[in-house]
This record gives sequence, structure tokens and C-alpha cells, in this order.
Amino acid sequence: MSTVFIILILLLGFLITFQIAKASEYVSVLKGEKRAFEQQNKINGFLMIVFLIVGLIGVYWCNELYKGKILGEAASQHGQQIDKMLYITLAITGVVFFITQILLFWFAYKYQHSEKRKAYYFPHDNRLELIWTVIPAIALTVLVGFGLFYWFKITGDAPKDAMQVEVTGKQFGWIFRYPGKDGVFGKKFYQNIDDGKNNSLGIIWDDPMSHDDLVVTELYLVKDQPVKLIINSRDVIHDVGLAHFRMKMDAVPGTPTTMWFTPLFTTEEMKKKTNNPNFEYELSCDQMCGRGHFTMRAIVKVVTPEEFILWKAKQKPNYAQVFDSANPAPAKTDSTMKATTVTESKNATKLVAKQ
Amino acid sequence: MSNEATLHGHSEVITSHDAHHGEHEVHHHKETFITKYVFSQDHKMICKQFIITGMVWAILGGLMSVLFRLQLGYPDQTFPWLEDILGKWAKGGKIQPEFYYALTTMHGTVLVFFVLTGGLSGTFANFLIPLQIGARDMASPFLNMLSYWFFFLASVVILCSLFIQTGPASGGWTVYPPLSALGDANEGSKAGMDYWIIGMALFVVSSLLGGLNYISTILNMRTKGMSMTRLPLTIWALFFTAVLGVLSFPVLLSGLILLLFDRHAGTSFYLSDIFIASTQKALPNEGGSAILFQHLFWFLGHPEVYIIILPAMGLVSEVMAVNSRKPIFGYMAMVGSLFAIAILAFLVWAHHMFVTGLNPFLGSVFVLLTLLIAVPSAIKVFNWLTTIWRGNIRFTPAMLFAIGFVSLFISGGLTGIFLGNSTLDIHLHDTYFVIAHFHIVMGVSAFFGMFCGVYHWFPKMYGRYMNNLMAYIHFWVTLIGAYLIFWPMHYEGLAGMPRRYLDYSGWLSFNQFGDLNRFISTVAMVVFAVQLLFVFNFFYSIFKGRKVISQNPWGANTLEWTAPIRPGHGNWPGEIPEVHRWAYDYGKDGREFIPQTEPISADESKH
Repeated sequence: MSTVFIILILLLGFLITFQIAKASEYVSVLKGEKRAFEQQNKINGFLMIVFLIVGLIGVYWCNELYKGKILGEAASQHGQQIDKMLYITLAITGVVFFITQILLFWFAYKYQHSEKRKAYYFPHDNRLELIWTVIPAIALTVLVGFGLFYWFKITGDAPKDAMQVEVTGKQFGWIFRYPGKDGVFGKKFYQNIDDGKNNSLGIIWDDPMSHDDLVVTELYLVKDQPVKLIINSRDVIHDVGLAHFRMKMDAVPGTPTTMWFTPLFTTEEMKKKTNNPNFEYELSCDQMCGRGHFTMRAIVKVVTPEEFILWKAKQKPNYAQVFDSANPAPAKTDSTMKATTVTESKNATKLVAKQ
Repeated sequence: MSNEATLHGHSEVITSHDAHHGEHEVHHHKETFITKYVFSQDHKMICKQFIITGMVWAILGGLMSVLFRLQLGYPDQTFPWLEDILGKWAKGGKIQPEFYYALTTMHGTVLVFFVLTGGLSGTFANFLIPLQIGARDMASPFLNMLSYWFFFLASVVILCSLFIQTGPASGGWTVYPPLSALGDANEGSKAGMDYWIIGMALFVVSSLLGGLNYISTILNMRTKGMSMTRLPLTIWALFFTAVLGVLSFPVLLSGLILLLFDRHAGTSFYLSDIFIASTQKALPNEGGSAILFQHLFWFLGHPEVYIIILPAMGLVSEVMAVNSRKPIFGYMAMVGSLFAIAILAFLVWAHHMFVTGLNPFLGSVFVLLTLLIAVPSAIKVFNWLTTIWRGNIRFTPAMLFAIGFVSLFISGGLTGIFLGNSTLDIHLHDTYFVIAHFHIVMGVSAFFGMFCGVYHWFPKMYGRYMNNLMAYIHFWVTLIGAYLIFWPMHYEGLAGMPRRYLDYSGWLSFNQFGDLNRFISTVAMVVFAVQLLFVFNFFYSIFKGRKVISQNPWGANTLEWTAPIRPGHGNWPGEIPEVHRWAYDYGKDGREFIPQTEPISADESKH
């Protein structure tokens, strides 16, 4: 009912606008085209300056409203460098923005049509053109310089003592693997993946290196310790997005990628910093990956070294979960998957195995 | 129409009676309805076909955005009437995720390719090239006709894909594989993706036929005296646009053909190490590179944004000079910067791929080349500013949109400096910052260029004016609305809020913008309604608009205004006019304007 009502109101609005518009055309014919033109020109010229002033106030107001909502201080060293770069760019582009917008609308207002004025014939001026080729070029050189300085720092090799974690994206969730005590990830092969048998990464159990690998669904990081993420995907392209750390890297099937950073604040510290007792770092998927893309969330816990050791000790390696017959691990199933497809596919894999 | 009357000089006033009826007399052959309106080879009719098809697509594409904005603004509400219209796509009155992604994908595809490429270039290249360079028609009117009909076929295929059971393509307008290659991974990658590829292939054919025609027409068919440096900037812009299209669209097609092979022929160009969760099966494909597709796609994809924006720049330059009653400032610099942008357009594609695992050194090269584009862009902006400086500005609707274009181009262009810098792109990539950036700089501002062109040349197209008041309302609401929609999105992007989510309420980091999303959605709907006002104004004015009685209503220098008010096929009834000067002698030697056809007099000052 309300929809019909809204459509009726819209139609009415249309009709009224149309009638007024038609009438204004007749009026301008009666008034004489010249007078009508001059009047319209004045109104639009005035609106130009109004738009400029209201627009500038709007820019300020919008900034006041939302500057507190953009996640606050970056929670990693790289993130802080990125924020610094952001402010440098903001300063330079901000100056250009205000100068050019003010000139544009001010000129439009000031040089609106007048009987008295004659347009100034000014086809070119090499000096001026040189100035506004060289100045932007210098400004951009500065930006490129700073940008690449930080870029190479951020994308450079991870420190030797960096903790390694393997991140794997799948439709629609994240799997994290820690190498265990030996510090080496066991070999894996995607054809071995079997969610029903609790081998979500296709780990090759014959490789002894794999026996102590931890496979978990929450990412635990240690404060002030560099971490190197080795990023994989099981199916389509995903993207590891860590907004608070200002980091991001695609997860590409068949082509592992890496990124490293150093978390600066534990989750507990962030709870205090943000005054939000429910605060959690989140890992989001930032590359369109299908119907569940927007639900592809994982929690990242940044903890102290002691807490990390404690947490790690409590985890049972994936290998032990699978082969501990006394305590069979519950089958992990994908939340987006229906039970029927699981059994069907189990049968299918059995058939394949028989062949 | 008595075309003889118009032979006696360009400023002659023709009575409205003469201006109306019958463009037939100039023709040597009889035209039927089919040859005149359907399979027409007249560039002016093909232009009208392009713009009307483009408008249909723009309304559909806009409507899609209204639907998904409804979801984004009100994620927790249900709209039962949606289910009445859309059936299973809006089960229980809620837009389903598959449908949401289909909407965003098709919104992008339709607006980028079918409206802002086909609709914009197709319309104005067809209309202005022959009329402004002084040619009777395109180099090959027949290929030109085919160009439209391939566009039409492409449109039909894409339109059909909206109605198939598994829905249209839904992997984003960039159709990255593996998502777009695997029907089991994504509903829209079933038949919908095949339709998409076929539709785009037809579109590429259309674009090539058109582009080759535009290039050969501009190079070969200029009238006597029309040297390249006397061309209006519209023609230069359309020329570079056509070159970009001809060189880059085939690369997209090759990428899509490989994708088709991966989908149906069992090849592994883009596929490797894939395990599908929905079927619990590992695929046999190994050794492919999903990133290869992104290189092929963006090799078109980036020039594509210049294919969209260059014609708008050309239209704006011309309209700005005419309505400031001043020559465009720095004509050669304007041409040079168009050229520089066209060259750089091919050297920056990988800035879309900074976070794909691209070699950081390679990334740094692309940072440098990308930020270089800001230099010619800055030159253009400053030249536009100087063009209106000390002018005598008439705020016709076209001029308003030209000014709006410059404002939006500045706002959107500057945020490009953020995203082109790989360091910042790490954080901002695929967030709302990107949405804000490209919607302002290539979406809305290209639309402003298009509106600017439509309002300016409508009198030439149809011999009537559009209604001014409706045009003013259209302009102000659209300009204010565009800023209200996209400006706050930058803040969402700075917070890292990812694109292509249909509901943020499950996220602690991104759910603080619920009110803002609702506000943006409301404004988007108002702005969409006002575009309908424009469409109404357009069609109403074709039939009922105020008639044009003066041959050169804007007092412009270019050749199209020397043709009759309603030119027939062949454009000029007698000889094609000869050109003696550049297109921008406005306000020279105390004269308001000097048309290109006027010989240079002995006592004229040099510029």
C-alpha cells in the first residue's frame, strides 16, 4: 500500500514539475528571450557560489561526523607507515582540491554573463602552461618518492625471526595452519582435501613434518612479533583483509602469496583504547568470491607471548585429531553446505577411490 | 524543408515552418520506414539509435543500483513487493545474495560498456565526427550501421541473460576466474556467464567496427582547409578514444575466449589447484594462472576508463569555450594532454593488481606511470579553469554540466592519486574508497559530459530545444546528489569497509555506518528519479520542445551549425563548407564569434 502511495506521490511530483517547467517556457516567451535568459543566468550564477560555500561547509561537517569512525590508530607498524603516507597525500591533494574547486565556482560566479563585459581573448600562454606542468610533476615526484619508500619497506623480506602462519581461503571461511614445534609446514596437495575426513587443507599425512601442524579457525598473533602470512586459496580468489592493521593480500588458487607485519597492540589493549569491551580484530575477505563473500569473517586475536604459548599448548594437531581413534574428531562441515551433498560427495569420493 | 534557403549564409534565420517537415528532398532515393529509422546508414540516425538504446540501458542499470542500494540501506527490513516482482530472487521480500551479486555485476557491466562506452562514444562520435569535420557521412556508412546492430545484438543477449533460471553473471563486472569459470562455485557462472561472454564478444565487434570507422573518417574525410590542428577538441578526443578502443578491446576478447575454453573445453589457462566445496570435488586442472586473466582484463579495463572519460572531456572543452565566449585555453596543450593520456592508458593496467602478489618492483614501475597521468590531467583542469577566467559565461544547461564535470573530475581525480600509490592501495584496495573514486571520476563525471553534450547538441539532433527549467532541476539535484552519495563513501573506505558486501551488520569493524548507508540509499533513489525527469524531458522535447529557429542558436564556430537546422542525409544541401581557421575564435578583435568558415581577413590579429 505504502509503495503505491509513494509511486503516486512521485508521479504527482513529476506532473507538477512538468507543468511548472512548461509554464516557465511560456513565461520566458512572453518576457522576451533575452530577459528570461538574463534572469536564469543570474540565478544559476548565484547558485554556483552558494554551492561552493555550502559544499565547503559540508566537507568540514562530514569530516567532523565521520573522522572518529575510521578505525583509529593503525595496529601494526606497516599500518602506521601507511597512515603517514595517507596524511602526506591528503595534505598535498587537499590543497589542490580547495584551490581548484574554489577557483572553478568563484570564476563561474564572477564571470557570469553581463552586457557590459567582453570576454578576454586569451588562447594560450606558454609560461602559464609550463608552470602547471612542472608544479604537478614536482608534487607527484614527492608522492611517488614517499610512496615507494614505504612500499619497499612493507613488501620487503620478512625478518628472519618472523612467525609463520599459513592462511587458506575457501568458500566461505578461513583456515589457519601453524607449523608446530618443528617450524616446518607438512607437505600438502589439493587433491587430498577431504572435509569429511577432517583434512581441509589436503595435508599429506605421510610427511612426518605434518604431524605437529595445527589447523585452526582463529588467527592468533603475538604482540610485537613480526608475522609472515603465507596465503593460499582452495577454490576461487579471496583476499586477506586486515583493516586495523591496514594490510591486504589476495589469496590466489595455485599461486601462494605472502605478506608480513608486526602487530602493535593486543586485543585486550585495543578494547581499552577503543573503549569497546567487545572489540575484536577481524579478518575480512576483500575479493568478491561468491554468494557468501560478505560472511567470510575470521577473528584475529593478538596476545602476549605467554598467552600465545598457553593457547598453542591447548591445541591438538590436525594429525592427532584425524588418527586418534579413541577420540574420533567430529567431521567438520561447511556451514553453507547441505548435509545431503556431503554424503553424496562422500560416496563419490569412495567410487573414485575404488577405481 | 527548403534547403536552398540555408545556402545563403550561416546566420540566416529560417522560419519554423520551413524548418519542419521532410528531410527527404536532398535524397536521391526514396526512403522507407525501414531504411530511414531501422537499418539507417545516416550517421545522425545511428547516433539517435545509440543514444536511445543507451538511455534504456542507463535506466535499467540505474534501477539495478536502486535495488541493491535498498538492500544496503535497509539490510534488516523486508519488502514483500520485491518478491511479487522478482520471485525467488527476493524470497521473503529480501534480496538474496546471488541476486545482489548479479545486480552489482550487471550494474557495472551495463553502465561501463553499454551506457558509457556504447551510449557515449557511439552517440557523439556518430553525430559529431561527420558534422564537425565537414563530411557527408562516415567513411563506411554500412559498417557504421553494422556497428549499431552488433551493439543491439549484444544488448539483446545481455538482456536475455537477466531472465535465465540461474541468473545473469554475478562474479563482478571484472569477471575474475576461477569464480567466473566454475558454475559449481557460483550460480551466476553457469549459463549467465556464457551469455555475458557472448554479449561482450558482440559488443567488441560493434566497438571495433565503430572505432575503425571513426578513425578513418577523421583521418581521410576532413573538408578543405580542415587541418588536424583546426579540429575541434571533441574530434580529437573521439579520435583518441577510438584508437584506445581498437587497440585494447581485442585483448579483452582474447582473455574471454580463453575463459570460454576453461569453462567448456577443459583447458587450464586460469585454473589450478581447485577444490570445490559445494560438490566436495577437486578439479583436475593444474598449472593455470588466475592472475593472467587479470592482466588481460585490465589491459582493456584501464584504457576503458579513458575510453569513457576522453569523449566527455572533448564535449566539455567545446561547450565550455562556446559558453564562456572565449577560446579554449591552450588548445595544443589540450591535444597534447589527450595524447599523453592515451599513451599512458596502456602502461598503467597493473595498478589494479598491487595486492595480487605482483612483484613489488613491477608494482613500483606501475606506481610511477600511474601517477604520471596526473600531470596531463592537471594540465586539462587548469586549462579549463583558465578558459572560464574572464569569460562571459552563459549558464546554459550544457555549460552547467560542463562546470559540474570539472568539479567532479577534480574530486575523483585527486583520489586516484591515493589509489595509484601502491602503499595506500594496500589499505584502500577493494574498499568503498575505490567505489567513491571511480564513480565520481568516471561514472558521474562521464555522465555529466554526456548530459553536457546532449543538452548542447539536442537542438542540432532534433531541431528543438529541451526544457530549461527541467534541465536546471536535473543539474542541481544530480550534482548535489552525486556529492552526497559518494563523498561520505570515502570515509567508509578509509575504515577499510570492503566492497561487494550486502550486509555489514555481522561485522564489528564496519557496522558503524548503518545510518550513513541508509542516507546514501535515500539520496541515490532521489537522484535516480531526477534522471527519469531528464529522460522525460528528452522524449517530450523531441516531439513538443520549443522549435529552433536560428541556424546557430549558441553562436558557435564549428561546422555543424552551418548545416540546415534539420540536416538531411548528406548534411549540407550544396557544397561542403570550406574551413579557414581553428574552431575557437571567440571574442577575437571585438567580435563575439567568428565561424570556421569565415576567411581570415587582412587586418585580423594573430593569436
